[in-house]
Amino acid sequence: MARRVGLEVSLACAEAAKLANVDVVAAYPITPQTHIVEHLAELVADGHLDAEFVPVESEHSAISACVGSSAAGARTFTSSSSQGLALMHEILFIASAMRLPIVMAVANRALSGPLNIWNDHSDIMAERDIGWVQTFAENGQEVLDLMLHAFKVAEDKRVCLPVIVNMDGFLLTHVIEPLLMPEQAEVDAYLPPYQPQQRLDIAQPISMGMVGMPEVYTEAKKASLEALLGSYDVVKEHWAGFAKQFGRQYKPIESYRSEDAEVLFVTMGSLGETCMTAIDELREAGVKVGSVRIRLWRPFPVDDFLAAIQGAKGLIVMDRALSPGVPAGPVATELRGLLYAKGYHLPVQNFVAGLGGRDVTRADFRMMLDKARKAFAAGGEMTCEMVGVKE
Amino acid sequence: MIEVRFHGRGGQGAVTSAELMALAAIAEGKYAQAFPSFGPERRGAPVQAFLRISDTPIKLREKIYEPDVVVVLDPSLLATANVKAGLKPGGTLVANSSKPVSAVRGECGFGGRTAVADASKIAEEELGVPITNTTMLGSLMKAAGLIKPESIVAPLAERFGKIADKNRRALERAYAETVIEE
Repeated sequence: MARRVGLEVSLACAEAAKLANVDVVAAYPITPQTHIVEHLAELVADGHLDAEFVPVESEHSAISACVGSSAAGARTFTSSSSQGLALMHEILFIASAMRLPIVMAVANRALSGPLNIWNDHSDIMAERDIGWVQTFAENGQEVLDLMLHAFKVAEDKRVCLPVIVNMDGFLLTHVIEPLLMPEQAEVDAYLPPYQPQQRLDIAQPISMGMVGMPEVYTEAKKASLEALLGSYDVVKEHWAGFAKQFGRQYKPIESYRSEDAEVLFVTMGSLGETCMTAIDELREAGVKVGSVRIRLWRPFPVDDFLAAIQGAKGLIVMDRALSPGVPAGPVATELRGLLYAKGYHLPVQNFVAGLGGRDVTRADFRMMLDKARKAFAAGGEMTCEMVGVKE
Repeated sequence: MIEVRFHGRGGQGAVTSAELMALAAIAEGKYAQAFPSFGPERRGAPVQAFLRISDTPIKLREKIYEPDVVVVLDPSLLATANVKAGLKPGGTLVANSSKPVSAVRGECGFGGRTAVADASKIAEEELGVPITNTTMLGSLMKAAGLIKPESIVAPLAERFGKIADKNRRALERAYAETVIEE
């Protein structure tokens, strides 16, 4: 039986890696991811986790060590944030192209400059196209659960891709909250030992990560794309298996009070919770508003998203990152493109909020709703507004 | 839902105060969040920590702007840190001070329900250090309830090991010595 515990979410994340019985952890500490790595180092040093902890000298080395260990057939975990994730950038593409089932926890944080250690999504939005499966957690329980699910998906022989679990830095990583910690036996039943399809083995040598000449590069990219798109069914299948094993249900897109909603907020990560409370308060005042939260970010669950917004007269898309020089943040740009491609004529107001640790409150949600409803009524241009800029 | 804001100085354990209360509440089957004022930690600088306790799941990730209870771990912050900011009119101030309630009210400008204990003195005598986080939990529990007194025992033991009993004595003394004026 699972135990109900109070735990800092970073430690829950590290405990999930331990429950997954990882073989190798290679990571470099960076705020606000530090507690995850510290705790894993402690677990290994104290003999509670039989794994190789590789104390590398940079994040570039961390992910490179992960590529090596995963290619050798080890269940491999790393974690990073912001500048650290950016330093991994070039290797992230290689990890997915080599079809290595590395799991990484990203404690989302703003990119410099100015130097800022607080939360937003600019780090991960700069890594949208790395070809990894990516999920976003809303709370501590989801961090733990998505971590276990990540290994299951990554290592599935129909997928063989690395997976990132995103969790808002500080807003999740540094909060103590209640969660259900599963028994080792339950996790073992869900997540059996890793069985690599192929691995580096001096007894049976193979080459991995070869040059892709113009004659094969396009096909190799196509194969990677197919693998990522194909992971969608596997992601859902292993959430169904998760529900059977642990009793908690997860979907690519989560809806809240959306059935009769005229306006829907679209959020990712921990914003979803404040959004739900704001919606409850607005509903009491008779406003028909709801939300959809994107849990599976890559591959993007197109059909689930479209199903979730049926009936809405307008969307308010929240971005926690800027995309300088284009008319909206990265999420809104993508969703407007998707809606256009699918023939929808649905207005999408975009708000960029919560940059670099700026708090996003229920009052902010009310303000965004007010502005968006006016814009929807006026039927004008779709805009993007940075919330709360002091001018 | 009850929201609590702790004011302390880096090193006094305000974050630990919030954490211990959250762990005790969670062990009672309640829902709770404890979190620091996010950012780098600097010894001696004014810091805040936050606590939410609720009978139902907490779906909020915003900071606490209108606390029901404010706890001040360091007497020097009463006059300097605007500790009453956002404190609800019917809320409670729990302060570490050697002065009487009237003087504490004068220093911080809060005229509502106020609980005072000389936590620095108690901590010095019981722990040998002026770290008032566990001591002030005694005052908080007397002034605001929030958890059953016995629920704090296990989190204290887990956190402090060999010196848990000392901390518990300091907490119990503060519980007994706290003066509350409505």
